[in-house]
Amino acid sequence: MNAFIEDLKLGLYQTFILEDNYQYFVRGVGVTLLVTVFALVLGLVLGVIVAIIRSAHDQQPEKKKGIILRILNGICKVYLTVIRGTPMMVQLLIMWFVVWASARASDGNMIRCAILSFGINSGAYIAEIVRSGIMSIDKGQMEAGRSLGMNYADTMRFVIIPQAFKNVLPALGNELITLVKETSIVTVIGLKDLTKGAMIIQSKTYQAFVPFFAIAAIYLVIVLFLSWLMGRLERRLRQSDLR
Amino acid sequence: MIYVKGLSKSFGKNHVIRNIDMHITPGEKVVIIGPSGSGKSTFLRCLNLLEQPTGGTITFDGTEITAPGTDINKVRRQMGMVFQHFNLFANLTVKDNITLAPVRQKLMTKEEAEVEAMRLLKIVNLEDKADAYPAQLSGGQKQRIAIVRALAMKPKVMLFDEPTSALDPEMVGEVLDLMKKLAEDGMTMAVVTHEMGFAREVATRVVFMDEGVIMEENNPKDFFEHPQNERLKSFLAKVL
Repeated sequence: MNAFIEDLKLGLYQTFILEDNYQYFVRGVGVTLLVTVFALVLGLVLGVIVAIIRSAHDQQPEKKKGIILRILNGICKVYLTVIRGTPMMVQLLIMWFVVWASARASDGNMIRCAILSFGINSGAYIAEIVRSGIMSIDKGQMEAGRSLGMNYADTMRFVIIPQAFKNVLPALGNELITLVKETSIVTVIGLKDLTKGAMIIQSKTYQAFVPFFAIAAIYLVIVLFLSWLMGRLERRLRQSDLR
Repeated sequence: MIYVKGLSKSFGKNHVIRNIDMHITPGEKVVIIGPSGSGKSTFLRCLNLLEQPTGGTITFDGTEITAPGTDINKVRRQMGMVFQHFNLFANLTVKDNITLAPVRQKLMTKEEAEVEAMRLLKIVNLEDKADAYPAQLSGGQKQRIAIVRALAMKPKVMLFDEPTSALDPEMVGEVLDLMKKLAEDGMTMAVVTHEMGFAREVATRVVFMDEGVIMEENNPKDFFEHPQNERLKSFLAKVL
């Protein structure tokens, strides 16, 4: 038992204090959160656009669909198929080593590349989540908006999307926490996120127990915080359901 | 005001409306009755193009609205519609439900629309519900708000699609009373309903539809007391 405590002490010392190693965690958390937040924003924008195009296409009567809408819908379908059909890690490798092949391997470039990759990836999933939300809204809501002379875009923006968003919030929360954890694979392009930080410490100190349990705990705390945040947001948006 | 000529609507092979002609003049209150599946709701929904007719023309105030290139939103502003299931915007308060459309279409400023909303809410005795959400209202209240929402657009004609069919019996009265008031104020109305009492009392013309065609139309007195059509006779025998 004493030996274990001694080991643990050494592990803690080497993991956090030696050579200011704790800095790896601090910077790592920063990178992880940065990539998550911006990827989420990008994913939401992409996802909502794709969802609106897809549902506009599906709701429009067959003969009223314009050629542009058909083409956009086709593009969206290809996007969804390709992104959801290939592994995230492969997409990241392609993005970094093929698309950004000529870019300098700086942290800034890697972060931008990671944000773009994760944003595009997450956009595909968010698109389907949002689309399910749009389809869950009673047809009468759109009809009421249109019957008052409002155009499709306005009715979507002020009536359908807010309700759809509220309905899919739990699913979006799920996507968000998946995203946080999934960003750990940016280690494959060498970006120093939280996971990479622990790996570096391991290679420097030969300690595995403390660094990996430490980042596991940090991920857990981040996820708990985000879940709490989503819960609050959900309750706020529930206002209109109160009876 | 509204000329309907040779109107048809089919969903695939299912012909819901066959070649209907109708003319609604300003101030008229046309009540359309008929068994379910007779096409009466579809007919009403064709009038503001919520359903795209498959044939025929509709002319509203001199504009042929079925012609390609018509600004349908502009037409719909002048045709209020009330739905069976109210369709209040669930995410908005009562006041925002009423003001959203006129403000977004720049017919009124936000302030003007709010004043108008409160004025209309006062008429239906619901001004204390201005900041409530639809989920907090009873069916009758919802439907009265829905009527007010349509009125806020200052429409020239109001279309009612079975406005009382989804209501608890004790709430039917309050909605019908509002509709009667509207009728007395001279609003042009087209009403699909099962409320025979309302038809008898308020209608200037009653139309019986079945199998997608108009079987009979007449003033309410003759319509109910001396029906000619056999289908209408058996229908009235069942509902009266």
